[in-house]
Amino acid sequence: MKRITTPISEEVARDLKVGDEILLNGRVVLSRDTGHKFMVEQRPEWLKPILEEAVIYHCGPVVARHDDGTWSFVSSGPTTSIREEPYQADVLETYKVRGVIGKGGMGKKTSDGLVKVGAVYLHATGGAGSLLAERVKRVVDVKMLEEFGSPEAFWIIEVEDFPLVVTMDSHGGSLHEVVAKSSMERAKELMAIK
Amino acid sequence: MTACPLPNLTTLETVASKSLLPTDWRADLGDLAGLDLTLAVTELIRRTTSRLPQDVIEALVDHRNQEEEGSRAANTLDTMIENIVLADDHVSPLCQDTGTVIFWVRHPFGVSQRRIKEQIRQAVADCTKRSWLRPNCVEALSGKNPGNNMDPFGETHPVIHFEEREEPGIEISIMLKGGGCENVGAQYRLPDAAIGAGRDLGGVRKCIIDAVNKAQGQGCSPGILGVAIGGDRVVSFERSKEVILRKLGTSNPDPKLDAMEKRLMEELNTLGIGPMGYGGHTTVLGVHLSEMWRHPASFYVSISYMCWSSRRMDLTIEPNGAAIYR
Repeated sequence: MKRITTPISEEVARDLKVGDEILLNGRVVLSRDTGHKFMVEQRPEWLKPILEEAVIYHCGPVVARHDDGTWSFVSSGPTTSIREEPYQADVLETYKVRGVIGKGGMGKKTSDGLVKVGAVYLHATGGAGSLLAERVKRVVDVKMLEEFGSPEAFWIIEVEDFPLVVTMDSHGGSLHEVVAKSSMERAKELMAIK
Repeated sequence: MTACPLPNLTTLETVASKSLLPTDWRADLGDLAGLDLTLAVTELIRRTTSRLPQDVIEALVDHRNQEEEGSRAANTLDTMIENIVLADDHVSPLCQDTGTVIFWVRHPFGVSQRRIKEQIRQAVADCTKRSWLRPNCVEALSGKNPGNNMDPFGETHPVIHFEEREEPGIEISIMLKGGGCENVGAQYRLPDAAIGAGRDLGGVRKCIIDAVNKAQGQGCSPGILGVAIGGDRVVSFERSKEVILRKLGTSNPDPKLDAMEKRLMEELNTLGIGPMGYGGHTTVLGVHLSEMWRHPASFYVSISYMCWSSRRMDLTIEPNGAAIYR
C-alpha cells in the first residue's frame, strides 16, 4: 500500500491508478450536499487556501464535543457520492482539489474533471465508521456549522493512514465501470438473456 | 492462504456490565397497562448500534478466508472486521449512518401500544442525545431536522410494528437500516419481460439476480437480501425487511425456498461485485425468502438489501420480567 500525504501535487495524483490501495495522511475537508451547492453557487474565496491540493470527503460524521470546546469524531464513514455529481467537477477545478473520498463512485462529468485537473476518486469502506473515526487524528476547525448543521458542515480534519482504494483515476479509468460490465455479463448468463 | 480468526470482542459479561439496566431490573408484567420499557429499549439500541450479531461476524470472517490473500476483497473485509472490533471496544456506532430505526413489538393482550410507542420514541431521543444514533429524521421537502430522530406526528420515525400474540412475555426486535442500502431495494411486478421473469420461483430468482447486479457495491456489499414473494406492495416490502431478522446460516422451513436460497447464494457470489463493489467472490452473505398470499392479478417480488453492517437484535422480556438481549 502506498502512503500519500497532502498537499498532493498534480504529479503524485496522476501517478495513482485505478485499483491502487493507499493510506492517506494530512488534511481532509468534509463536505456533502449543502456544502457542494454552496461552493458552486457562492464560490467562497476563504475556502481556497483550505482546499488547495487537499482532499474532500463526502461524509456526515457523528461528532462529540468535549467540555473544553474541542471536537472529536465518533463515527465517520463515507456517504454516497453520486449526489454531488452536478457540482464535483466544478469544485475540483475551482479549488484545485486533488482527491475526493466517498462511496459508490461518480459519473462521467466528474471523471472528465479528474482527467482535466489531475485528481482521483478515493473509495472508503462504507460502514467502517468507527475505524475511520479512529484514523482522524485531529479536528482542526469547522466552518459553517451554525448555517449548515453538523452533518453538512465543512469539518477540517487531519487523518493518519486513512485506508482508501483508487476507483477513478486521472486517466479516465473507473473500477466501477469494469466491475459493473463483468457482473452484467455474468448476470445475463445466469438469467439466460442474450 | 492465512486464515483470519474470529475477532476477539469484549465478552458478553463485559457488555452486560456496561448495561444501563440494573442487574436486578424486572419489568412488572402483572401491570401490563402500566409497563415502562424505556430503559430496556435504550439499552437495546446501545447494544445494537455498536455490536454486530455473532452470525454476521462469522459470515464475514468465513468469506474473508475464501478471498485471495492480499486482494482488495480480502483487505476490505479485514477493514470491516477491524471496524467491528473497534466499535465494540469503544461502544461507538459501527457506522455513522445509524439508519432508519425499525422496531417489531410482539406483546400479549393488555399492553398499551400507545404507551409503548411513546417509550420507544423517548428511548430513541435519549440515544440520539448520547451520540449512539445520528439524527436521521428530516422533513421530506424542506430537509428540516428536529435533531432528535422523531417526526413530530409520530407517523414515520422511528418505525414501529405491533403484533398481539397469545404467549406471555414481550419480544422487541430492532433493525438499524442505513440509507445507502435502503436506496438499492427494489420491487418487481411479474411477469417482467425485460428480464424474462415469469410468475414462478424461476422468475423470482431472475428478479433477485437483476437487483443485486443493479445494486453493485452501492448498498455496502456484501449484502443480506430479504425477499418477499406476494402480498400487496406495502405488506410485501414490510415482510422483505422482517425476514432480514432471521439469523444467517439458518434454514428456510420451506424446502423449495431453502433450496433456492442456497442456489442463489452460490450464483450471486459469482457476479464478481465483491465487498464494496471492488471485485471479489463475496457479494452476498445471505438470501432469505418468504412466500405470502396475493391478489390473483398481482405478483410482487419485494427485495430489501441490508448492508454488511446488519445491525439487528432481539430483546425478550421473559414471563418473570427479566430482560434478555440476543
